[in-house]
Amino acid sequence: MQKMLHINADKCTGCMQCEMACAFENYGTFATAKSRIKVFDFHHTGKKVPYTCTQCDEAWCLHACPVEAITVDKATGAKVVNESTCVGCKVCTIACPFGTINYVQETGKVQKCDLCEGSPACAEACPTGAITFIDANWTGLGKMAQWADKLGNQPSAS
Amino acid sequence: MSWAGKILRVNLTAGTVKSEPLNMDWAHDYIGSRGLGTKYLVEEVAATVDPLSADNKIIWATGPLTGTMASTGGRYTVITKGPLTGAIACSNSGGYWGAEFKMAGWDMIIFEGKSAKPVYLYVNDDVAELRDASHLWGKSVWETEATLKSSLQDPLTRVSSIGKAGENGVLFAAVVNDLHRAAGRSGVGAVMGSKNLKAIAVRGTKGVGNIRDPKAFMAAVKAGKKVLADNGVTGTGLPAMGTQVLMSVINEVGALPTRNHRDNQFEGAKDIGAEAMATPRKTDGKKHLVTNQACFGCTIACGRISKMDETHFTIENKPQYRGANGGLEYEAAWALGAANGVNDLEALQYANLLCNEEGIDPISFGATVGAVMELYEMGVLTKEQIGIDAKFGSAKTLAFLAEETIYGRGFGKEIGQGSKRLTAKYGHPELSMSSKGQEFPAYDGRAIQGIGLAYATSNRGGCHLRGYTIASEVLGIPVKTDPLEHEGKPDLVKAFQDATAAFDSSGLCIFTTFAWGLQDLSPQMQGACNEDYTIEELAKIGERIWNMEREFNNRAGFTHKDDSLPARLTSAEGACKTGPAKGKFNMLADMLPKYYAARGWDNEGRPTAATKERLGL
Repeated sequence: MQKMLHINADKCTGCMQCEMACAFENYGTFATAKSRIKVFDFHHTGKKVPYTCTQCDEAWCLHACPVEAITVDKATGAKVVNESTCVGCKVCTIACPFGTINYVQETGKVQKCDLCEGSPACAEACPTGAITFIDANWTGLGKMAQWADKLGNQPSAS
Repeated sequence: MSWAGKILRVNLTAGTVKSEPLNMDWAHDYIGSRGLGTKYLVEEVAATVDPLSADNKIIWATGPLTGTMASTGGRYTVITKGPLTGAIACSNSGGYWGAEFKMAGWDMIIFEGKSAKPVYLYVNDDVAELRDASHLWGKSVWETEATLKSSLQDPLTRVSSIGKAGENGVLFAAVVNDLHRAAGRSGVGAVMGSKNLKAIAVRGTKGVGNIRDPKAFMAAVKAGKKVLADNGVTGTGLPAMGTQVLMSVINEVGALPTRNHRDNQFEGAKDIGAEAMATPRKTDGKKHLVTNQACFGCTIACGRISKMDETHFTIENKPQYRGANGGLEYEAAWALGAANGVNDLEALQYANLLCNEEGIDPISFGATVGAVMELYEMGVLTKEQIGIDAKFGSAKTLAFLAEETIYGRGFGKEIGQGSKRLTAKYGHPELSMSSKGQEFPAYDGRAIQGIGLAYATSNRGGCHLRGYTIASEVLGIPVKTDPLEHEGKPDLVKAFQDATAAFDSSGLCIFTTFAWGLQDLSPQMQGACNEDYTIEELAKIGERIWNMEREFNNRAGFTHKDDSLPARLTSAEGACKTGPAKGKFNMLADMLPKYYAARGWDNEGRPTAATKERLGL
């Protein structure tokens, strides 16, 4: 079953454990500057929102790459950067409408979320369940449940 | 080994910034943050220095666990000689600044001298330079951060700065980072301002590595997180209600100092605690509390985000305060509220915002206002002098005096001197509820014997965080002791003080100790740094740090007479009037000699030669 990262921003506290976990997984150091997932703290509303690649099926980054450095991991559905093929032209960073593939000046290549081969470190590290890794076909299940609750659990008149 | 191994030494007089290797012997013996920063300070600064002179130094210090995945691994400490107290000043802060600075590849910054013109320090990995801050001087903390982020074109920059209060030498001015987290007490912000240092802007991309045993460390981190998650306080109470969960608890124990400690319970407590923040307002149907907030690395998330009632009189013509913003902590709500008899939650939040915006300590500010109100009700201070009627309970007065104090206007200049100097000036020093010049926080030393002793013996003046015996005396952590009982408290206070010093030096947050003991800290420290960091060694290091701070204070001129509490807390005349502690006052005279003995000090509170030798001092 293919899974995907699900973000419930209501639960995010801004702790940055996800960013550290991502960097530790990929670079062996706790470096939020190297994380592929970023948490955005909207001061005016108090909301914290983690954001990263949503693994487009028809991915702009994959199609834009002139050397076919981005391929699909069949098992996870993730779009993965092959660093030895990547030439660092950064066209993918321009093509992606969501900004979730970015250049890494220290290596000269680009990086993006690759779902950690099916065990995403960010979801593992998140203490509140703001980031979960769930059935890709049913990311709406949580919200459906909330509304089904309102519909079905009306107080009865009798 | 988790330390970056490098420190920055900034000479503000000469305008130079140099990299220096971290003294690894000192790092081993004092760990980091509080312990290590204090070691550098006591070695380099004469204890008799004038805190606001160029000869004082001020240090920003992270711990070895700052910037790691250990829960709460984001803290840093600002260390200097405090202008409010004349004692060691050691103020801890969370937010995100500390981790960012550590991720830039540095452990600590030492500022020396005084800049001729306002400057800020810019740090971006190996680049560290002083830059002109004349365009920032006079800006609030919030404006300073916004201006720096936009002028650097870098929204990921973190900023630690002062507002106008630090620039103007308010003796309880704070250093604020990430808009609403602060190194709050003892006037560290005034020292920063006295050096014409406005801000430290930092961006770190290197990260924190060098973990001694990554597998062991991550296993210990995971185990520690589980303990926090399973604990009722850290796993449920604090994230849901914040420290404000304590307002009703402490009031029921009869230990909520009210109206400058005239009373020990507050009839308005229910209006200003966690429950009030979570109840929809009658005016607009909305809750005061919006959500919670974590600091870097924190899996507890006790921070509050609140939104004020837009129709409240304090912000009627001030749209800039209407969005979500840093909300009330227990200490701020107590100091602004119960200490002054004010039960208007929105007014407390307004004053709280001003404290964050221009950087002042709400505890010292609120407690000083309480003294002012008492002097007013006694007829010693008048409306003409203060600028407003100042009866206990007036939200309007609280709001007015907060504005006057942060901007240094009128009587606000006098409030900015703190309660010890203010009450002495007007002939009533006995009305300053403080020890060593620093105002007591939100726990009544008459109703809780151990915390009273902790206040009197705290190395930085009246403070609950140096030895939070409340955990034991009220909450039963790790074991319950009787708050009304003074027997056994000297040993309890010492144990808390020593363990706390170790936690404060690690880079982690003291709030972990609602669930953790040294047995939870030790494996994380061993995994990251050094196998030596056993439970016993950490406790010994904590004791070493405590004695080092004590010796600095002794050299600064403090004596056993300064381990004191005001007469209102130690006399039958001042005894608690209501509640479980009715008739009680603090038994300091009985506890203090026993505390000195437990500490291995002589009867004048000086560490003996044997104690110093045992601790390697």
